[in-house]
Amino acid sequence: MARGGADPVSSGRKRSASRARLSRVADASVEGGLPDLDRVIHERLRLGIVSALAVSEWLSFNELKALMKTTDGNLSVHARRLEEAQYVVCQKRFEGRVPNTRYRLTPAGRRALERYLEHMEAIIRSTRGR
Amino acid sequence: MTPLPSPVEPPPALEDRALDQLRYIRRAMEEAGSFTTVSGWAQVAIGVVGLMAAAIAHGQASPRAWMGVWIAAAALGFALSIAGLVHKARRLGVPAFAGPARRFVLTFCLPLVAGAGITVALDRAGLHPLLPGTWLLLFGVGVAAGGAFSVRTVPVMGLCFMGLGLVGLFVPWGLSEALMAIGFGGLMIGFGVVIAWRHGG
Repeated sequence: MARGGADPVSSGRKRSASRARLSRVADASVEGGLPDLDRVIHERLRLGIVSALAVSEWLSFNELKALMKTTDGNLSVHARRLEEAQYVVCQKRFEGRVPNTRYRLTPAGRRALERYLEHMEAIIRSTRGR
Repeated sequence: MTPLPSPVEPPPALEDRALDQLRYIRRAMEEAGSFTTVSGWAQVAIGVVGLMAAAIAHGQASPRAWMGVWIAAAALGFALSIAGLVHKARRLGVPAFAGPARRFVLTFCLPLVAGAGITVALDRAGLHPLLPGTWLLLFGVGVAAGGAFSVRTVPVMGLCFMGLGLVGLFVPWGLSEALMAIGFGGLMIGFGVVIAWRHGG
């Protein structure tokens, strides 16, 4: 099996490389005022949208609006920003005569969220380790 | 005198902000993955029906009549919960029976079907004193299992019902009747208010 047969030296190297990268990210964040932070999803509402979509395949505009407790206009603006960054895809369709807009997270959006989580964890580890 | 913080110490606010962001992500994920169209107000109404049923059933002369009152109350309660769910979903502009909601209903219904079968068996065997405990326990199992797809309050409510049901299986008739009122009346109203207050109606 591929997982069982993983080279321990190579995975050890990968882990140290990852630790080193996290440490660099954390150090840069602590000392340089968060330079590497993904500003697209750092904004609260956009982070909420991406997080909600990470656990649901599709969410409609109304579902997101109810979850985020925000207005139509505000949600539209932030969802469009995420679409422009190609973090979410938007699908507009009709259910009977009622228009329905729904959103899904793209692989790029999922990676961005993972990077952001790593970033936050690195900051916490770095500040606690000092 | 308070010692000055070391100049190399990172600002504590940064860690707090990171933790706050992680908490926010977790909450957004929990809320999105949860079924939130359970209507708290419908549950309060069901609780009122439960209290009325407990009062009416207490005055019945035969166990069959007692069962009849509670079965009628259960049917009314089921209709109220579906109406409440559809109304809340419509108000929020979300599908009533899609995704987590469908899973909730399916998971919730399975122990109820089992309960219907056991009710018939206990009735035939004349073991009516076991009915309150059995009903409370199986209803609790349905709510707790279905609640895995819902907000945290729902499975907690299920566990409370299960606790009452377990007690109800081993206490005398009068007390198990009181447990029915506590469960299908008191717990329903209490948790209904919490759901309505915390989860949008």
